[in-house]
Amino acid sequence: MMKSIVITTTINKRKHELEVHPNTTLLDLLRDELGLTGTKRGCEAGECGACTILMNGQAVNSCLVLAPQIDGQEILTIEGLADGDKLHPLQESFLDHDAVHCGFCTPGMLMSAKSLLDRNASPTELEVRTAISGNLCRCTGYQQIVDAVLETEPVKRET
Amino acid sequence: MIPKFDYVRPDSLRQAIKQLAASGTRIHAGGTDLLGCLRDRVFTADKVVSIGGLSELGGIKRASDGGLTIGALTTLAQLASDPVILKDYPALAQGALSAASPQLRNQGTLGGNLCQRPRCWYFRGDFHCLRKGGNLCYAVGGRNDYHCIFGGDACYIVHPSDTAPALVALGARVHINGANGSRTIPLESFFVPPGKDITRENVLAPNEILTNVSLPAPAPNQRSSYRKMRARGAWDFALAGVALSLRFGVGGEVEGARVVLSGVAPMPWRVAEAEKALTGKRITEDTARAAAEICIKGAEPMEYNGYKVNLVRALVEEALLALR
Repeated sequence: MMKSIVITTTINKRKHELEVHPNTTLLDLLRDELGLTGTKRGCEAGECGACTILMNGQAVNSCLVLAPQIDGQEILTIEGLADGDKLHPLQESFLDHDAVHCGFCTPGMLMSAKSLLDRNASPTELEVRTAISGNLCRCTGYQQIVDAVLETEPVKRET
Repeated sequence: MIPKFDYVRPDSLRQAIKQLAASGTRIHAGGTDLLGCLRDRVFTADKVVSIGGLSELGGIKRASDGGLTIGALTTLAQLASDPVILKDYPALAQGALSAASPQLRNQGTLGGNLCQRPRCWYFRGDFHCLRKGGNLCYAVGGRNDYHCIFGGDACYIVHPSDTAPALVALGARVHINGANGSRTIPLESFFVPPGKDITRENVLAPNEILTNVSLPAPAPNQRSSYRKMRARGAWDFALAGVALSLRFGVGGEVEGARVVLSGVAPMPWRVAEAEKALTGKRITEDTARAAAEICIKGAEPMEYNGYKVNLVRALVEEALLALR
């Protein structure tokens, strides 16, 4: 008999107390139980990066995180990137550079890019490419994405 | 959907080992390999024991003998960026950085990287192969592009780890805790060849946990590296790779060498004969080529993986010349 587990976690700056089944992934929890469907379900094997979120500031594949693992941790999803109606500078830059094609990889790309810029405000092109190397784009839009990250205004990167 | 299991979060290593006493239990640390295996039904779990919260299994510490002790929960990202590892054990930092993707390196742990299951597509897929208790290795008559050219014995997996070959080259030892006490063994003897036991890749008993890895103090003139070839520029397992650790004398001659191949055998594949050939010599184009030729001696390629022979030869030669 599978027992459920009570966890407390912060998701997009909001505290949650949740009862989860241990075989639930963070991706399932976000999408199916919390309605945060901005995080995409791609390969569910850690290969495509569409489900990338930040856990304590680090980019991780939410399809490979078990829900009980986020107990006491801080989660940021794509829904928490903008400040209300004000888009994050990375989001603005993606729009400016036409870095969004079909859009399926975009939330994961943005979260990987955010984790890079949080550590390194002026990365080289190689550092950007490395940071998104775990995110697949099948519209072959990498160049625009790389440009968008490189040209996100440093002064606005604080948020 | 991952099949159901019970989940326990013990608050000490002792409690964790107690939990492992029951059969059908699996250890959960970073989870990047565990979740894939459970989802794909490579194996099952009645109970999953979380060790991710055990602080005694984390951290990178200088040992009293000048070596380094690395907790099993250290992530690949931490290994790749640790200043001491970058300076004294570059092969390990390079191995960790060359593994997987940024996301997986943030999640995956050293212990998990050493204990991960093979990536053979028959083992991972819906095939009841020898390693899963069946009676056939599907790679023999099937697609064996990514299988081993050394050490195959009824099963032809390659060991997928990039940190293991680097650590073997650096002379690492692993510490194991279990219900019957603890033991420390060279990492080299941690791995189990298919000819000895086809159902597992390492010596861990079901109620044992790999707790940390220790490295000897680096010799003054020691240089090490890990070089790997993969089918794409990023995020892939090694088609072939080589970890080197060389100790140089004052005249530039090699005083001691370890040469360990990855991606070509069911375990990190040490080539003692190449190590011997290098010892006492300077690294030149001739000695590097000779050592590389020794490394491919005895290779037994299958129908589709013959390219690995050339890869190994080129990688070893290149890696040796880059370290001189």
